[in-house]
Amino acid sequence: MGSYILRRVLQVIPVFFGATLLIYYMVFAMPGDPIAALFGDRAPNPALLEALRAQYHLDEPFVVQYFYYIVGVFQLDFGTSFSGQPVIDVLQRTFPVTLRLAVMAIVLSFLLAILIGLFSAIFKGKLFDQLSLIVSLVFVSVPVFVICFLAQYFFGVQLGWFSPTVGSDNGWLGLTLPAITLAVGIYATSMRLTRSSTIETLGQDWVRTAYSKGLSRRRVIPVHVLRNSLIPMVTDTATTFGILMVGATVTEGIFNVPGVGNTLYQAILRHEAPTVVSFVTVFVIAYVFVNLLVDLLYGLLDPRIRYVK
Amino acid sequence: MSSNSPTPQHYVAPVKNASVTVDAVRIDEKPSNLWLDAWRDLRRRPTFWVSLAFVAVLIFVAVFPWLLTQMNPIRDCNLAFSNQGPEAGSPLGFTRQGCDVWSRIVWGTRTSLIVGLLATLIGTLIGVIMGSLAAFYGGWLDSLLSRVGDIFFTIPYIIAAIVVMTVLSDYRSEFTLALAIGGFSWAGTARIVRAEVLRVKQSDYVMASIALGLSRFKTLVVHVLPNAMAPVIVVATIGLGSAIVAEATLSFLGVGLGFTTMSWGNEISQAQTTIRTAPMTLIYPSIALTLTVLAFITLGELLRDALDPKARAQR
Repeated sequence: MGSYILRRVLQVIPVFFGATLLIYYMVFAMPGDPIAALFGDRAPNPALLEALRAQYHLDEPFVVQYFYYIVGVFQLDFGTSFSGQPVIDVLQRTFPVTLRLAVMAIVLSFLLAILIGLFSAIFKGKLFDQLSLIVSLVFVSVPVFVICFLAQYFFGVQLGWFSPTVGSDNGWLGLTLPAITLAVGIYATSMRLTRSSTIETLGQDWVRTAYSKGLSRRRVIPVHVLRNSLIPMVTDTATTFGILMVGATVTEGIFNVPGVGNTLYQAILRHEAPTVVSFVTVFVIAYVFVNLLVDLLYGLLDPRIRYVK
Repeated sequence: MSSNSPTPQHYVAPVKNASVTVDAVRIDEKPSNLWLDAWRDLRRRPTFWVSLAFVAVLIFVAVFPWLLTQMNPIRDCNLAFSNQGPEAGSPLGFTRQGCDVWSRIVWGTRTSLIVGLLATLIGTLIGVIMGSLAAFYGGWLDSLLSRVGDIFFTIPYIIAAIVVMTVLSDYRSEFTLALAIGGFSWAGTARIVRAEVLRVKQSDYVMASIALGLSRFKTLVVHVLPNAMAPVIVVATIGLGSAIVAEATLSFLGVGLGFTTMSWGNEISQAQTTIRTAPMTLIYPSIALTLTVLAFITLGELLRDALDPKARAQR
């Protein structure tokens, strides 16, 4: 296990630097002079211009600028948002809301996905299975912003069950509708994974052994089948996290949830490239580490993974 | 040889005495290969024909949009009709700007298909090149290309495309959008191609090709790649659906195509302000978008099952 952890952690290093370098390069290649933009229409004093360039290391070559930037990232300095607040402060303020939304969406979608996926696998090819496959196919295909608008219109405007926008009412209850829409995208992939992995488990010899020992279905399915079928779900967590990042940005934007995603959404709408990049960097770094964590967990749960190569 | 030499001894029972029968070789059986098997599987499936027909209709609409609508989606806009319901010639009503919803959906089809197709082509091309070179040549090239692939795999491609399009907001066009989507979505294809080429590389015909003196590069292009294409086509078909979603999402966020371009994402984005007063202007383009994505993803998944004998047996 030790060498597996070491190998996996070492793999993260080039990915981390490569991804941040790639994003940073895109900003570096951005047309226009950010310092001149600071002054708007006024012509700046050349000496002041130089001083500001030096202050932001803009007179240095690309690699040096990247170096300063990455040193900042290690000190949790992700730059400032357009309104002048440090990104880390914005994150501290908005993250709890997003976390609440994400937890609700994940719990909801995983519970449903596991339950329906399990029954789909047991009744493979029957009406229930076919219906649940069709539903999951539709859920995979509907873009997240379409789901948001449909939910907002039908449940918010027409039926009036929920408030169409969240705003300051962002407790657990207020986030119900955005959480459901966010859960739709996650549900589809997890349900299919549970289904296919359960089908595979059901065909294993030990399941037949369990039945032939005289164990009842009630014992075999939850204890022998479900437990073993859930291991592949762990790898799915990384994919889920990717869906969540895009989904939260759009969902929080449409329902006006004051979370991390909404901040990014507003910055995208206003074309504030530096803010967009700061937040995307945070997202990507988080994604890299979630992936690492998931892989380590998978190695812990499934010994076969550890010993490969 | 003398006449009293012992007759050759049979240690194996003669065939006529054996209790087993030799399998008959069916000569009249139709020749079969991966693609023929897949075709035989697909043509029995109604969903395959339905989604194929839908895609054919989409292509027709994209090529000849003027045949399906009398209204001009831009010139026939009349603010007097703003947000009004359906009437003769405008079956789906009017947008806030008084434009005909149906004709804007019809003309938007072209944009979605072009961006989706271009992005998929770019992504698949990069993926096939990176994956096949890594697997076929191996060694340091494999390590290098695979690490580069890992980096691109780490950034969700919609997020990456948002950054690219925000940075390139002055150069927005169908092509830059496709480049932003395709340029970041190839890593998954590359991984699949790499695994597939590694498998095909072991085949005897590849060794024979090299032994016969064909150069390694030609062997890769002529013999290995065609035999590694099945999963690529599956991923590309599903990816086409995802690329259309990506285009619509980016346009919806205002960093895709400019508002002068007709696209489903733009229509939905513009209609969101009138969700209470004229919800249908938002719902109709959403339906068009969802059905299109559904058709491509269904086709891709049917193809995947048809091309994989193991999956076929499991159904």
